[in-house]
Amino acid sequence: MRRDHPTWWAFAVHRLSGVGLALFLPVHFYVLALAIEGEARLESFLVWSSQPWVKVAEAGLIFLLAAHLTGGVRLLALEFLPWRDWQKTLVAVSGGLSFGAGLLFLVNAY
Amino acid sequence: MSAEKLQTCLWLVQRISASVLAVAVAVHLITIIAAVQGGLTAAEIIARVGGNGAWAAFYGVFVVAAAVHAPIGVRTVLQEMTPLPNFFVNALSALFGIGLLIMGLDAVSILYRLGGG
Amino acid sequence: MQGTLSVSVWRGGEAGSFQSYEVPRRGNQTVLDVVTYVQRKLDGSLSYRFACRVGMCGSCAMMVNGRPRWTCRTRVSRVASSGKLTIAPLRNLPVIKDLTVDMTDFFDKWAKAGGVFKPTATRAEDFAAIRPTDSKRRHADAGIECIGCGICYAACDVVAWKPGYLGPAALNRAWTLVNDTRDGNGAARLRAVAGDDGCLACHSQQGCQEHCPKHLNPTAAIAGLKRAVAVAALKGRL
Repeated sequence: MRRDHPTWWAFAVHRLSGVGLALFLPVHFYVLALAIEGEARLESFLVWSSQPWVKVAEAGLIFLLAAHLTGGVRLLALEFLPWRDWQKTLVAVSGGLSFGAGLLFLVNAY
Repeated sequence: MSAEKLQTCLWLVQRISASVLAVAVAVHLITIIAAVQGGLTAAEIIARVGGNGAWAAFYGVFVVAAAVHAPIGVRTVLQEMTPLPNFFVNALSALFGIGLLIMGLDAVSILYRLGGG
Repeated sequence: MQGTLSVSVWRGGEAGSFQSYEVPRRGNQTVLDVVTYVQRKLDGSLSYRFACRVGMCGSCAMMVNGRPRWTCRTRVSRVASSGKLTIAPLRNLPVIKDLTVDMTDFFDKWAKAGGVFKPTATRAEDFAAIRPTDSKRRHADAGIECIGCGICYAACDVVAWKPGYLGPAALNRAWTLVNDTRDGNGAARLRAVAGDDGCLACHSQQGCQEHCPKHLNPTAAIAGLKRAVAVAALKGRL
């Protein structure tokens, strides 16, 4: 098909992760601001979030963040540095690093 | 400002905030992965940011960069993937940015003051 | 060679449908051979374009199994391994009839992007002395072989999502002229490609580069334009 080349997938991941993160940010700020009701309020949220499914969801968010970061750095290089033909390798490297970050989080969260 | 200058300005601001975020997010990821070892507690978060000018400043800059970067990105997605008219897309994105700025700086200042800052 | 091909061809204008034809397989058959067979032997009312039929003019560009290709240079054996072929008019352009599209927008955007050379020398001056190894000349040379076939335009999702987007071919041409030291329209051209529909809208999906039959790289050209536009804006020259 017309869209099955790595740089298209890089675009799709970048766009999806960006939208996901944009939706997550207000929630993130809201939760942190719960601390205004006292340390206990924030603590009770953190206890709730220590459930395995939440940790997996958080690992997913870490993956989105790492993917958007590595994909974005690849774009900055593409746009501001002279063109190099090993773009596709960079895509693979970005993907790998993002996956690694998510995995590292999961491992550490237990 | 002409349309071309405005578009180029938005594009440049997007790339500059991206560069700032590249550093901030890298630090944030490392902090998260380190902090989540052995469980995350509110006390730990407050101890890091509370009363600590450097961390508060770091997160403050982080919030501003994100509050600039996310709306510009969302604006492009809305323009390309929805039939919404341009002025509506611009207004929505601007409101999103202002909302993020307020919520984010609010969260940072709360955590800072909780630690005696 | 035995067997037949099951070919689905778009019939009608913007509103229309796919019609099926059975075409006998032949050795070394190209998709253009298939379309020609349908028009000559099965349905004389089929409209399509071609000219050189040897991969030089780009007139025969169509969507083949969902990808924009030169039909004269696409071997059936390569794309129809299961014996099925779907042929449609080029994407992102208005359909006139069947497999022919209206290329007006495509070429209008060429002009809109400042894709016209503006001379600065007169006949009283000597020839411009430009080394082929000069870096600007190499950038220009990398993009000047474009024959305006429209395949990159059809492949581009940003063109599909933003109808006003100038597109890879027009921007590639603008870049070759930005790098032409003899040209005198630099400032206006950068302004032309800096708007919302210009180079800044490119997301580097590289569909253009993937599908260009001449292996050109509009994404690289557009990246160059982005840098040029940003520098011009920072220097207050936009």
